[in-house]
This record gives sequence, structure tokens and C-alpha cells, in this order.
Amino acid sequence: MGIRQCSIILHDAATNMKAFRQVEQVGGRKNRDRTSRLLASGGRGGLLHCNTRGEERLLKTNMMRRPTILFAAAMVGLLPALPALAAPPDSLTLGIALEPPGLDPTAGAAGAIRDVTYDNIFQGLTKIDAEGQVVPSLAKAWTVAPDGLTYTFDLQSGVTFSDGTPFDCSIVQFSYGRAMAADSINAQKQLFAPIAKVDCPSPLKAVITLKQPISTFLYDMAWGDAVMVAPKTAATNKTQPVGTGPFMLSRWVPGDRIELVRNPHYWGNAPKLAAVTFRVIADPAAATAALLSGALDAYPDFPAPETVVKFQHDPRFTVDIGTTEGKVILALNDARKPFSDIRFRQALAYAIDRNAIVQAAYSGYGRVIGSHYTPSDPNFVDLANAYPYDPAKAKQLLQEAGVKPGMTFTITMPPPSYAQRSGQLVAAYLSQVGINVKLESVEWAQWLSKVFSQSNFDATVIAHVESRDLDIYARPHYYFNYDSPTYKALYAQYIAATDPAAQAALVEKLQRQLSADEPNIFLFALPKIGIWNAKLKGMWSNDPMPADDVTEVYWGP
Amino acid sequence: MRNLRILIGGAMTLIVIVTALVALVWTPYGPTAIDILHRLAAPSAAHPFGTDAFGRDTLSMIMAGAENSIIVALAAVGLGAVLGIPAGLLAAARGGWTEELLMRGADLTFAFPALLTAVMITALRGPGAYTVMIAIGVFTAPVLARVTRTAAGVIWVQDYARAARALGRGRGAVTRVHILPNILSVLTVQITIQLSLAILAEAGLSFVGLGAQPPAPSWGRMLNDAQTYIYTAPFLTLFPGLAIALAVLGLNMLGDGLRDAMDLRRRRRA
Repeated sequence: MGIRQCSIILHDAATNMKAFRQVEQVGGRKNRDRTSRLLASGGRGGLLHCNTRGEERLLKTNMMRRPTILFAAAMVGLLPALPALAAPPDSLTLGIALEPPGLDPTAGAAGAIRDVTYDNIFQGLTKIDAEGQVVPSLAKAWTVAPDGLTYTFDLQSGVTFSDGTPFDCSIVQFSYGRAMAADSINAQKQLFAPIAKVDCPSPLKAVITLKQPISTFLYDMAWGDAVMVAPKTAATNKTQPVGTGPFMLSRWVPGDRIELVRNPHYWGNAPKLAAVTFRVIADPAAATAALLSGALDAYPDFPAPETVVKFQHDPRFTVDIGTTEGKVILALNDARKPFSDIRFRQALAYAIDRNAIVQAAYSGYGRVIGSHYTPSDPNFVDLANAYPYDPAKAKQLLQEAGVKPGMTFTITMPPPSYAQRSGQLVAAYLSQVGINVKLESVEWAQWLSKVFSQSNFDATVIAHVESRDLDIYARPHYYFNYDSPTYKALYAQYIAATDPAAQAALVEKLQRQLSADEPNIFLFALPKIGIWNAKLKGMWSNDPMPADDVTEVYWGP
Repeated sequence: MRNLRILIGGAMTLIVIVTALVALVWTPYGPTAIDILHRLAAPSAAHPFGTDAFGRDTLSMIMAGAENSIIVALAAVGLGAVLGIPAGLLAAARGGWTEELLMRGADLTFAFPALLTAVMITALRGPGAYTVMIAIGVFTAPVLARVTRTAAGVIWVQDYARAARALGRGRGAVTRVHILPNILSVLTVQITIQLSLAILAEAGLSFVGLGAQPPAPSWGRMLNDAQTYIYTAPFLTLFPGLAIALAVLGLNMLGDGLRDAMDLRRRRRA
């Protein structure tokens, strides 16, 4: 590998300025090709810099702000003169806090999988847009029979997967059949339970018959877990995802980054970005530094609320504080004593000052909630004041429940700062009513196996990020073991209701029932703190689904 | 000059020790008591060092943290001494294969940084102050073993030690009567230095979350917690940092001063 030099002359037509830069480049054809590709693609306008590791980087320079002609004459000798280059950059580097355990959204509960893949790589029949509405995706239209049992979807034509496999009704049959199968490892298997059969009267028409009417069916099929996968590639999607979305995976460096590039077979309008890189930066201090230094263009779900002020005063950045469907809760193991006693759970709710927790754990962003539902949803009922902070009442309830002062339980905390901080605050508040809390920090893998799968815990702090997930309280063996026949009956009525007014009334009842039973202590709705380069357009303000949908993102002038 | 070093180092160490002792019975506020209304308060008369993101009084936390640091450092170095010093004495007394085995064993242990040891112990029994004590202790033992063996080796070849052996005294007896008293000064100096290293290591391990678990106060974790508040409340990083610097610098100066004071050759030269 020899050292080559590449010299690049930049000529600014407007100011008649010339700049000459010599850069060293570690040689090789690959680098040369990359260089020419980069020049051809335009870049952000500036000097081309080849560093010795063979990575290219475009440096912003003042003189390059106006239309520029770039003459590149490299000693490699192959680069021709290139015409005007003023095009904005077409790549994006995003920060994410958690690395997805795989990239198959149909085979794992981790929200990080959907953050990367939702609509970027994988698509479903319907999708949730930035406003939280159900909109067409692979199904361009649909009709629902009056009895609410038959859904007829008209499929988009000319759709292929990124490997060229054509998409038609047989794929719908396969994808839903796979999710419903007995050996399915889909994390949201219950979404598919109501499906009786999928018929294909023609390749571009899918008729889905339900066992009973499900008011949420179109919404459910927009979940990241209900995406279309091809039979040939379904088994390997975890590491080599093949979907119908506008992007496809180009490289995954475990623990560091996931790189996506445009899918050449994409059926819709090509996305404006040619490449998207997701970088895993969990540490809040490192995330702050990466944004400030420009190593990241955007952090859609910024993990350090306390540094937001810094970005708000910096004109280089846009700070967009929106909502997520995330509900931060102190989940209790209702199968264990004394958590099985409603008086004990209510005592905990009274003992914790949730407004203070929002202040201290999330710098005041976020809103106190009183049930498992977020304020961003139209049917939200504000129950935040159902259990106001009242230590005296808490003590009285503890006494009634027969819990002695000095009672001890453990809060298992996963790594994110909201969980760590909320856990410490809850412990401090509970100590004031005579309950000792032991705090235990665990890694995600441990949390998923010990708390989520084995239900071997007393209490934990966790954010549930799925939207309208009232169903988890009706599941028989969900990790917090809430078992209420009243709630289950209400939930059954809700999913069977087809009249929107009746549905809304039932959603309200469900929220009130949860608040009354307080199976978990509902703390606050997780805000979405989005910070990105001020020139970046089309980023989602809110998170109606766990998704970092970048299909509409572009660089403004 | 060297008395000055002992004096300053001793005074700094004394401040830390007295603070820790006071913290046993009294701190201005409870070190874990939160007060959200007064969170991130700048230093004032009510809170001389300010308050953190939960409204906890930083001074109280630093006082309680001193207690934690000293206990961990003493326990860790104690463990290291109990393992290392006998090993060094034995190696020097017996020589040959015993010495090779013990010293290569020490080299092997020494090859693992305290951080790695701490991660391994954490995997076995979870993070906490005990984990840190054991990790630092394991890291300290080979250092003390080496110092002991080298110092003892010097004494073993002295005429009086050889005479005692020639007169038929056992290796154990010679070690007890001649070797140990003569290397005590060297050991004292080394232990002082190790204590300062242990405080630093404890802060480092707590910083990465392996040390004392919340809400138990620890200087290292206070620094970590303060990290992201550096733009809004820079004083939060200042005081725990200063506390660590005070303790480490004090013990180091004390150790250096003691070494100079006890080193007969240097004293003669001076």
C-alpha cells in the first residue's frame, strides 16, 4: 500500500478565489473510486480532505458557500473536471442510545430494532405517519365490510424487496402466517391473534378475515412488528434485513454504527438522502459532545435533557421537544406480596412526588401521567392528580395494609438515565414513609431476561414506548402480573367495539380502571427531545411509534 | 523541606480523616436527602458547596463520600498487605523455587488492571463497595509483595542476618527478629502511597459505576453524575474533584516525606 497524494484545486467562480490543497491519501483503487464518487455526488461544498486512514470528509469553508466550480486534479490523474457543485449533502448521521439486538422487527421486543427499521427498511400494509395517523403504505387503499370482519386491501403495484423479490398478496399471506404460527417469535403476537385467514383473490388484492371485529386492526397492522418479509430472506433478516423500504443495510459495525444506503429497487419516490448512518452513543455526555463537534447531524431522542439549554442557545441547532408514546412507570410485580395488595400500591403512589421526579430526572420536560396512556393521544384522560403527593395518606394506607416500617424491597434499574434517576428518587421518597428500597442496576440483557421474561423482580423503572398498549394489562402472564377480571372484560368490549364513540368511551374507562387499581405507579410521559443541525428538514417532531423515520429527511440550503 | 512535606501532606490527610470521622456522626444535611425545590443551587451560606440535580447537599455528600473512600482504601490496602507482605517475606526467606513461584504469581496478578479485576468480580457478585475493595486489594497485593521481597532481600545478605542463621536460628525467627523490623519503614511508605492509589482507583471504579451503588455517596459517582450538568452547574464537578485531589495529593506528599525522613542513607548524605 503506497502513499499517494491527491491534490485538489477548488475554484470559486463567484469570488474568483482559488484554493489549493494537497492531501495525502493512502493509496489503492478503492480510495480513488470513493474520492471520485464523493466528488461526483457533490458533498456539502468544500475542500476535499483525504486523511491517511482513507476516510473522506468534507470540510466546510466560507468560500464555498456560493456556487462553486471544483476542479479536481489529483496525482491519481483520473478525475476529470467536474461541473458546478452546490448541492447540499445527501448523507445523515444520527445518534441512537441503544444498539438493536438484531434488525428483524418481527423477532424481538426491543424498541431499538424499530427505531432503525421502521419504514426505513421494512414496511407494512399500513403505517403511522408523523402525526400518529394510520396512512397507506404497501396497501394503497382498503375497505372494511360493515360487519367489521373483512378487510380488503389494494396492494401497491411494482413493489419489490431490496433483493428484487416481487411483493404481492402471497407475501402478505406468508408474513402474517409466519407471525401467527405456533413457533412464531414475534414480540407482539397478540396483534395477529384475531386474524382468521388471508385470501388472495388476485395478486394485488389481500382479503383478511377476522375472527371478531377489532377496532384497532388497521392501527395494529401499522406496528413495526407487522411488516412484510419475504419467504427467502425471513430467516436471515436479523443480520441481513431485506425489506421493501427506501433504504437497505450496507454495513453494520457492532457496537458502533449501522449504515443504510438507498434501495435501488424502491417502489416509491426515492428518498432525498443517499446514505444514513445510525451511530450508537449511549453515554449522555458523549452524545452531547458528538452533537457539538458535528460528529452527529442529529439525535432524534436525545438522552441528556440537562444539556438541552446549551443547544437552545446555539443557532447551529434545532431543538424540537415533542412527545413520545413512552410511559415511564414504576412497574410492580403484582404477583408478589405486598404488591398484590391494592392499598400498598396506592400508598406507593401517594408517597412519590411525581412532579419532582419529572423535574429532577428529566429537567422538567415530560408530563406527569396517572394511567398507562399518553397526553398525545386524542382519547387521553388526565388522571395525573388521582394520587397527589401525600406522605401522611401513604403512611395511613401502609398501616391499613399491615406493612411495617422498615419493609424492604428492590428496584431493578436498567441503564438509561431516566431509569437510574427515577429509581433513586423513588427510593428517597419511599424512605420518608418508612420503606427501604434497595437499588440494583442491571444491563439490558439482564433486565430482559430477569425482569421481562422471568418476572423475577419486586419493582423496576421502565418506559413502555408502544402506543395505545392498553392490551398489556389484559395479557395473562405479562411481566408485572396484573390480573383483573374487570379490566379484561372492559378490554374485550373495547376491541370488539366498532363505533368510534363507544371506543373512545371505553378507552377512557380502561384508563380510569388502571388508575383506580394502580397496578404500576405511572410516573411521566417521556418527551422526545430532538436535536439536530438547523439545516436539516423533515425530522419527526413526535414519536407516535418507536421509529426514526428518515424517509422524508433532507438538507435545506 | 522534607518536614514541610510531611507537615503539609499530613495536614491534608488529617483534614480528610477528620471529615470522614465527623461524617460518621454529623453532616449538615442527610447525604441522601433530596430537596427538589432547591436543586442545582449554586454555593451559598445554606449549601456551601451547592446542591446537585436532586437537591442533595454537595458538602454532606462529600463528607459521607470521604468516609466511603477511606473505608474502601483501608480495607483494600489491608487486604493487599495481608496477602502481599507474607508472600514477600516468604519469598525472600526461602528463595529458589518458592521465590520464583510467588514472584511470577505476583507478576501475573499485576498484569490484570484493577478495572478488569473489578469487572470480573462484578460479574460474579454484582457491583458495590465490597467489589471495589477486593479488586483494589488484589491489585495492591503484588505491589506490596515485590517491595517486601526486595527490601527483605537486602537485609537477608547483611552480616547480622547471616550470623543469626549461622548460629542456627530458623528462617521464621530471623524474619521476625531481624527482617521485619528493618523493613517496616519501607512498608509504611509504600502503604501510604498505596492508600492514595486506592482512593484514586475507588473514585475511578465508582465513576464507571462499579463502586458503591446509589444512593450511597461516592466521590467518583458524584463526578460522573455531574458530567452532563457541566454546562448548567459546573460547580458540581469542582468539589468532588477537589476532594479527590486533596486526599490523593495529601497521602502522596506524606508518603514522599516519610520516605525521605526514614531513608538513612539519604539522611546521612544530607
